[in-house]
Amino acid sequence: MTAITMDMNTPVTKPASRWRQVWSNLRRSPSGMIGLSVLIFHLLLALLAPWLAPHDWTLQNGYQILQAPSEAFWFGTDHMGRDLLSRTMMGGREAITVTMLGTLLAVSWGGLVGMTLGFVGGRTDAWLMRVIDALLAIPWLLFLLLVIALVGQQTWTLVLTLGFFFGIAVVRVVRGATLEYVPRDFVLAARTRGESRLTIVVRELLPNVLDALLVEAAMRWAWMLLAFSSLSFLGFGVVPPTPDWGLMIADSRGMISIAPWAVIFPALALSTLIISINLTADALAKAIGLDRAKAPV
Amino acid sequence: MLKLILQRLAMALFTLLTVCVLVFSITEALPGDVCTAYLGRDAQGARLENCRQARNLDQPALQRFADWGTGVLQGSLGTSLKRDKPINDLVATRMRNTAVLALGAAVIGIPLAIFLGVIAALRRDRPADVLISGGSIFAMTIPEFVTATVLVLIFSIQLQWFPAVTTVRHNAPVSELLPNIVLPMITLALVMMAHILRMVRSAMIDVMASDFVQMARLKGVPFWRIVCLHALPSAMLPTINIIALTVAWLLGGAVIIEQVFNYPGIGTLMIRAIYDRDLPLVQAIALILATVYVLCNLLADLSSLALNPRLRTTR
Repeated sequence: MTAITMDMNTPVTKPASRWRQVWSNLRRSPSGMIGLSVLIFHLLLALLAPWLAPHDWTLQNGYQILQAPSEAFWFGTDHMGRDLLSRTMMGGREAITVTMLGTLLAVSWGGLVGMTLGFVGGRTDAWLMRVIDALLAIPWLLFLLLVIALVGQQTWTLVLTLGFFFGIAVVRVVRGATLEYVPRDFVLAARTRGESRLTIVVRELLPNVLDALLVEAAMRWAWMLLAFSSLSFLGFGVVPPTPDWGLMIADSRGMISIAPWAVIFPALALSTLIISINLTADALAKAIGLDRAKAPV
Repeated sequence: MLKLILQRLAMALFTLLTVCVLVFSITEALPGDVCTAYLGRDAQGARLENCRQARNLDQPALQRFADWGTGVLQGSLGTSLKRDKPINDLVATRMRNTAVLALGAAVIGIPLAIFLGVIAALRRDRPADVLISGGSIFAMTIPEFVTATVLVLIFSIQLQWFPAVTTVRHNAPVSELLPNIVLPMITLALVMMAHILRMVRSAMIDVMASDFVQMARLKGVPFWRIVCLHALPSAMLPTINIIALTVAWLLGGAVIIEQVFNYPGIGTLMIRAIYDRDLPLVQAIALILATVYVLCNLLADLSSLALNPRLRTTR
């Protein structure tokens, strides 16, 4: 009796020990640990910002415009007399939410399509990959701007368009990763068992490309954050009363010579977040055993 | 060989066609049309009717796509809504300005990136490499508008060497752009360099470990001769594609950098066209930039075919 339960338990503990291995690899990378700590710090801050912020981040005060950092306002105030510490704390929330949802969308549709194309193969795959290549040849920013100009900049529009455009590259990567597993015996076994295509993709292929998908998600997230903050900077992302780093930098740029702090703090917050995601993704790729260094973008 | 070239050409044409269809169908598929976008979502009455009639919006979409397509093929990009002028006239000088900017950035950036990439590869994991590779990660990941702002803070406000924004008109002669163009060019070159440098570094590390380089070393060929004449040409092969990809990415980046410095290029025109909801102009610029990108990629494909005999024999 005990022997049987042991046997049933082995496959369950196996993947757990694999992730433990990845984690111990990750812990040995100093840049990865720095990246991960900064990332977790950013996420916690974004989550808790409404309670942690020392001042009301929308409160305008005409008597304290563009004050330098002081004891009352650690990061100074902006051109409307709003507290910059509170605004910087709040400024990542929208960006992080939108890009997280967008990444989730991109990885889901890109992963599913990529796995299916790799599995199906043949002419369908060849032609659809041509279309994917053609879509990759399009400067993303132009199309994001085109869509946003037409539909407007609601949160869900941004999530959908970012998710769609960033998923195109995921398709390519995941298809490549899938091709390696399609000729393997366990896929053949599933085919002979008469499993449906969807079952094979989800039950047999997905667990194997999960590594690649995870690293891809982390990389896409960093790029998407860059894209989103660029959109915000141009005025097509977050709608003004909501604090956002890209928007704050755009608003305060004109006064950079008299109030550099209004630009420096949001810029610092945005840069550290993106860099921390990148460092984490790089370390994760190495810990898993994927070589991201040679991947083009 | 000829078959391969024709294949690449066909692929480029296919991509261009996809771009055209996409640019056109985005405006068709999404709610509203060119006129409601321009006049406002709830526009109605005579103004809307006039606008729609002038734009032939009462005709079926396929007919309009064919008209637009033949116009583009004949070299006419249509007319701008806001400015009521042929788009060709609006775009020409700004294209020139952007070309000057991008070309300048490429001329500074590409050789410097190759040089630094080689140094980083040869000094792998030593301080020089850590500095160069670390710096490239920063240049790559920090948003262009932040990099641009930091450069403005240092070079325009602290040192006062270069102006922070361009005040030249878009149709000024190229020579007048000179003091204004420096900062946007440096920003663009910095970001571009990071991508190319990383590729050169990893390709160079691979090549330096390969048999033929070892052989040359054993034969006593001088070290720098090996690096420059034996290793670098092979390391450049994978780099060519990255250069093309970077150019594409640069077009997106250039839009933002132009906007930051108020540089009178095609990017600022595009952003302004979006603010004005001038869709025909936006479509035209999107098409132009995508075409430039496709051409760059085609050029990269063809030149790697020309430089790398191995690619020619695989099929």
